[in-house]
Amino acid sequence: MDLENQKRVKEFADEFGAENLVVVLGAAEGEAAGLAAETVTAGDPTFAGPLTGVQLGLTTYHVCEPELKAEFDEAVYDEQVGMMEMVLDVDDIVSEMSAIRDEFCKYL
Amino acid sequence: MNSVIKGASYVLVHTPEMVVYNGTTQTTERVVNPESEYLKELRGHLRSYEDCVNYWPNQVYIGNAHPDELAQVEFPYFDKKKEGAERYGKYGEIMPEEEFLLLVQACDMFEVVKLDKNFVSAHKDAFAADPIITEDIVSKIEEGYELDEIKHFIENEHAEGLYHNNELVGCVRTAHDIDVNLSAHVMHENLMSKASSVLALLYAVRNAGINKEDVEYVIDCAEEACGDMNQRGGGNFAKAAAEVAGLVSATGSDSRGFCAGPTHALIEAAALVKSGAYKTVVVTAGGCTAKLGMNGKDHVKKGLPILEDCLGGFAVVISENDGVNPEINLDVLGRHTVGTGSAPQAVIGSLVTDPLDRVGWKVTDIDKFSPEMQNPDITKPAGAGDVPLANYKMIGALAVKRGDIDRKELPDFIQKHGLTGWAPTQGHIPSGVPYIGVAREDILAGNIKKAMIIGKGSLFLGRMTNLFDGVSFVIQANEGNDAAGTVSEEEVKGLIAKAMKEFAETLMAE
Amino acid sequence: MAILEGKKVIIIGDRDGVPGPAIAECVKTAGGEIVFSSTECFV
Repeated sequence: MDLENQKRVKEFADEFGAENLVVVLGAAEGEAAGLAAETVTAGDPTFAGPLTGVQLGLTTYHVCEPELKAEFDEAVYDEQVGMMEMVLDVDDIVSEMSAIRDEFCKYL
Repeated sequence: MNSVIKGASYVLVHTPEMVVYNGTTQTTERVVNPESEYLKELRGHLRSYEDCVNYWPNQVYIGNAHPDELAQVEFPYFDKKKEGAERYGKYGEIMPEEEFLLLVQACDMFEVVKLDKNFVSAHKDAFAADPIITEDIVSKIEEGYELDEIKHFIENEHAEGLYHNNELVGCVRTAHDIDVNLSAHVMHENLMSKASSVLALLYAVRNAGINKEDVEYVIDCAEEACGDMNQRGGGNFAKAAAEVAGLVSATGSDSRGFCAGPTHALIEAAALVKSGAYKTVVVTAGGCTAKLGMNGKDHVKKGLPILEDCLGGFAVVISENDGVNPEINLDVLGRHTVGTGSAPQAVIGSLVTDPLDRVGWKVTDIDKFSPEMQNPDITKPAGAGDVPLANYKMIGALAVKRGDIDRKELPDFIQKHGLTGWAPTQGHIPSGVPYIGVAREDILAGNIKKAMIIGKGSLFLGRMTNLFDGVSFVIQANEGNDAAGTVSEEEVKGLIAKAMKEFAETLMAE
Repeated sequence: MAILEGKKVIIIGDRDGVPGPAIAECVKTAGGEIVFSSTECFV
């Protein structure tokens, strides 16, 4: 994850409390989604950014995951994400994201 | 009359040392994590020049293989060798780093590039032997400096080192003591962009079969900015490169739009020619050192070579309609507007189906789409997916929605109207334009009639707007060359003969 | 329990996946308060 974005995530966790935050991702592939999710839960796996070694355990979902989709207005989701969802490998994204959540999320 | 695409050039420069010293992924890593495993392993993953030349996507880029051939190569590409691969191709070449450093020095007008004497003498002959490099350019090569002098500039005066085979062979000095816009880092970045643009211009003129004096305007559409502290992006890369390339009749300017820049610039060029303002305009761009090894961490982690080891350049020559070459149709322009939004379907709709709606064409009327031609060998291991394929899936989905194709035809549509990506991830370089050279030839050969070039840009990276951007245009067979659209000489003779016969018959009847 | 309602939401979109502003439009409809939205680019 971009270093500046990591910095902002860390600042928001300090400001609002990790339990009050949710990180929503839009990654193009399962692996990239998993890496971003890992960054905001277990720390930056690439050891490059401000979240290196910081275990925030934030709640995180990909925008195409069914649990999150159920909370959105259907028409808005369809207009904004619908077609991209058809292009993405949602099953792969779901499996990567759930694996990270099960292991590292602290506030589920 | 529409303007035509007279020719195009595509060049690569193999720059493994600049991956190490100038790519931002690596320079950032040296700041935040100087002892990292990645930095230790990096050098072991750099490709040799030969491997870079033998790489399938690179051979497609310079014109030694058709994209359709690449589509037949089993993925991934990095472990396959293109048989019969060569340095030179019909569109350009893959220049080795050592020769490129000499070209960079020849492009330097302010004595900031200092090369080691021994290095210059070792490589000057090879550089001069490149058929595209003119005597005029070779004559600009200086004898060089003592290595101690170069070390002094680096150690005491903030110069950026230039390397070959992991050895110091020169430097780029600062062009100003205080102004960060003229720092050695910025000068280095800009000179590399300029020099690769010069190379692209030289090939473009050759490939279009025009004289250098014919070029009246040059538009540079790279992503760098040159200027000093009073005008950071003042420009003008276009004219600076045109000068070295010997385009004496040309003026020019820079046009910017992130990765969408080239497509914007081509539309501007086509409009300038169609309006009559200039007869021949060349759109050019050099490469970007910052993006070298951009996804290197993922490549190294997965045991791949560093695939982002080349600067890319291209140039397209647009000129008055010659009745032969493919035309740029300015009636079918796609544009992502301020109001379009950033939903992927809205973006692709604005670029693909909206312009087709305006002229009543179907999606299937376009034989080939060239959205962003990033090489999936680079992007897939980095988690960015297969970018061209994702675009084709969306274009196909829109075609289904419009009723242009049936849902069952979707896989077939992607294969028939799509391409496999082969362009290096140099930002603006993959954006639609790598296909123009191939499209021109395929249209001239009658294999296809219409191609759509699509450029997209991430404006939000500049932190000035959250907006996305993109534009598109259509290249089509020249109507003067289209047998269905006009009447050939044979047909005219036939029509005259028929009319004479009828006339004679009426006379006889009387 | 809702995931997004009443929560502060950070959005990390992807240029070649789902961009930040598109995610933001969805999150708003679920009652999440967006505190930050960004879009990453790998190309």
